[in-house]
Amino acid sequence: MKAVLIGLGSVGRGVGEMIAAKKPGITITGIADSKSGCICNEGIDIESVLENKRRTGACGDLAISAMDVIKNADYDVLIEVTPTNALTGEPALGYIRAALAKKKHIVTSNKGPIALAYKELSALAKKKGVALRYEATVGGAIPIMHTLEDGLNGNEIVAIYGVLNGTCNYILTRMAAEGLTYEQALMEAREMGYAEADPTYDVKGIDAAIKLVILANTIWGDGTKLADVDLTGIDLLTPEALRLAEEGDCTIRLIAEAIPAQKILRVSPRLIEKSHPLVVEGTLNALTLETDMAKEITLIGKGAGSIETASAIIGDILYIRDHYGKRA
Amino acid sequence: MKLEMKDSPGQLVAALKPISDVGGNIIAVIHHHDPASSSHTLNVQIVLALPEGRLDKLVALLKEQGVHIQRIGKERLLYKRTVILIGHLMHTDLSDTVDQIDSTGFAEVCEISMSMPAINERSTSRVTIKATNRADMDAALAVLRQVAQKKSLLLIEPLGEIA
Repeated sequence: MKAVLIGLGSVGRGVGEMIAAKKPGITITGIADSKSGCICNEGIDIESVLENKRRTGACGDLAISAMDVIKNADYDVLIEVTPTNALTGEPALGYIRAALAKKKHIVTSNKGPIALAYKELSALAKKKGVALRYEATVGGAIPIMHTLEDGLNGNEIVAIYGVLNGTCNYILTRMAAEGLTYEQALMEAREMGYAEADPTYDVKGIDAAIKLVILANTIWGDGTKLADVDLTGIDLLTPEALRLAEEGDCTIRLIAEAIPAQKILRVSPRLIEKSHPLVVEGTLNALTLETDMAKEITLIGKGAGSIETASAIIGDILYIRDHYGKRA
Repeated sequence: MKLEMKDSPGQLVAALKPISDVGGNIIAVIHHHDPASSSHTLNVQIVLALPEGRLDKLVALLKEQGVHIQRIGKERLLYKRTVILIGHLMHTDLSDTVDQIDSTGFAEVCEISMSMPAINERSTSRVTIKATNRADMDAALAVLRQVAQKKSLLLIEPLGEIA
């Protein structure tokens, strides 16, 4: 199976390294980062490209753009792992549209296009007879989409509750464990590399809300948008709130919740019993799916990380190989 | 509830059985046997906790047993939820916030723990609310949500049914 890899940040590197190391039968015929690209239809030596990127900052020829790779390389699957732009979805959205137009399968970790244009993209993929897979967009390594489409096939999903942002979960874990203020815990998260210089996107609950939108669209196909989510962040929490929660054997977690029957779609800090399965520590993610037959299923795992996210991406590619067959 | 039944062997047991049949829990049974009574009946007071919505069923079952129900006491507030409020709680009139819940008539604030780290800084409180049933509790929380929004307080609601 041939694939092109667009984006060589942390996730792209992880995918490249794992394909090179584990040899899962995926041949990379094109690679591009934000400023350069390379194409070799016989298969690229990924390790040397990654080495080149480390040394020079560019993965290939400056005259070759990502779009050139998408339009000209010979491949079956587009692996789209550029950074998320939550407002426009670009440039990923354009890449995905271009690859779908050429009847290529899509595997992406990019939340922007899926949250903004799921209906359009999934309809286009269906029309072209190809797959649009995005396991890596929600919950990192946790196989949420696989669980929904295979394991829970035939179930009606009644509600979902999730801890979907590792940065917030780390901050809340540290505030509870050490009595830190929000500011202290955020600073520590930055030092550990768990928080961005501008943490707004995480701590205001926007990232969790985008993931909730992706899940809602996947499960209920309801055309939910980010603006529909009732949003409260964790940035106004006090250490006393966590202490008072503790006195009742509870703690506080940022919970993303969707219950269509009650028209609930919100991300907010919640009081939760410490023994609750969604109370995970540190940067872990967790998701509870409430269904009619299976009742409650909770999945817990690493929500981010280079290799962890590569696990979800490679899982998607192999799923396509197994379900759509090899194409010439 | 206060029951009246025939004073014959096995009657009390027969009257208690429907309570467990509907999933109720007997808290106390007070048995009045009045030897001066000429009516050959037995008066019994039972204190019990019933799952929501089972009372009608219990009443029907007791009637089938030939038990006469003299009186059903007022339902007590058994449904509890705890929330956390963060903000300028005193400056925004905490007693008014509490009163907004209490004045609903179907829910009341039964416990408050408060932490005020410094003057002019935001304070934090844990508030426990009691209501008769889940629908009333949801209504009370909706009231509190509105009050919190109006007073710029951060309301942290429980996930699921935390007392």
